[in-house]
Amino acid sequence: MIKNTGTARAAAGTAEVHPARISGVGRVLVAVYGVLALAATGRSFVQIVGRYSEAPVAYTLSALAAVVYIVATIALIRSGSGWYLVAWITISFEMLGVLVVGLLSIVDPQLFPDDTVWSVFGRGYLFIPLVLPILGLWWLAKHRPTRGATA
Amino acid sequence: MIVWFTTVQVAVAVIAGVLCIVLGFAGRKPSDLSLGAVALVELLLIVQSIVAIVAPATGNEPVGNMLEFYTYLVSALILPIAAAFWALVDRSRWSTVVLGTAALAIAVMVYRMQEIWTTPVG
Repeated sequence: MIKNTGTARAAAGTAEVHPARISGVGRVLVAVYGVLALAATGRSFVQIVGRYSEAPVAYTLSALAAVVYIVATIALIRSGSGWYLVAWITISFEMLGVLVVGLLSIVDPQLFPDDTVWSVFGRGYLFIPLVLPILGLWWLAKHRPTRGATA
Repeated sequence: MIVWFTTVQVAVAVIAGVLCIVLGFAGRKPSDLSLGAVALVELLLIVQSIVAIVAPATGNEPVGNMLEFYTYLVSALILPIAAAFWALVDRSRWSTVVLGTAALAIAVMVYRMQEIWTTPVG
């Protein structure tokens, strides 16, 4: 624990040579992603265990969303250009998901009889599912992996 | 659930959350104060767990979806532990902000738990 203290602080001071992608305020982004991954997983767990037969397609989508949030969280933490690409793909998928499902849930509410994380642009989650991918994509664009920083 | 106890939990979680976020942005690393505030939130959640288990036997019957309720409760119990673990591994000021984020998330979750407890399954 004490050993980690030293390396983490040294790394925070020299972000350029630091192998981990996320440092500074970006760690809060990772934390919020983690919370959202937990929320999405919890919701899809309840839907699938409790009443899967009611809306199998919507609930499968919920589970897929949960998995994507988990992968995005991991991809943000891990370094290397491979993970960087994974982060782009998963966060873009979330952006698309919240926009498409958000719009459809307003235009044709019958398509989504039960709420998902993305319904009405994530209203049930304080619109965090809408804001987070924007911040995530912005963060990724600002922090391209440096050459040789693969771990 | 007990309404006044829910109110206490939400209030404590909001205060702890705002406190930690302010401390974090002020540049403070996780301290006894910030970790203690989140520990208090966790302690209240443990009491809440006992209340949730005992309440039905004392006439305080939940009418809502208990699977959903306990998913929230278990998730809420995990959050402070995960955030505190993070704070001990990564001793930067952002860990203090992370502690606050977890506390605010718990405030929302406890509020939702009260709703679920009292809303009949439809």
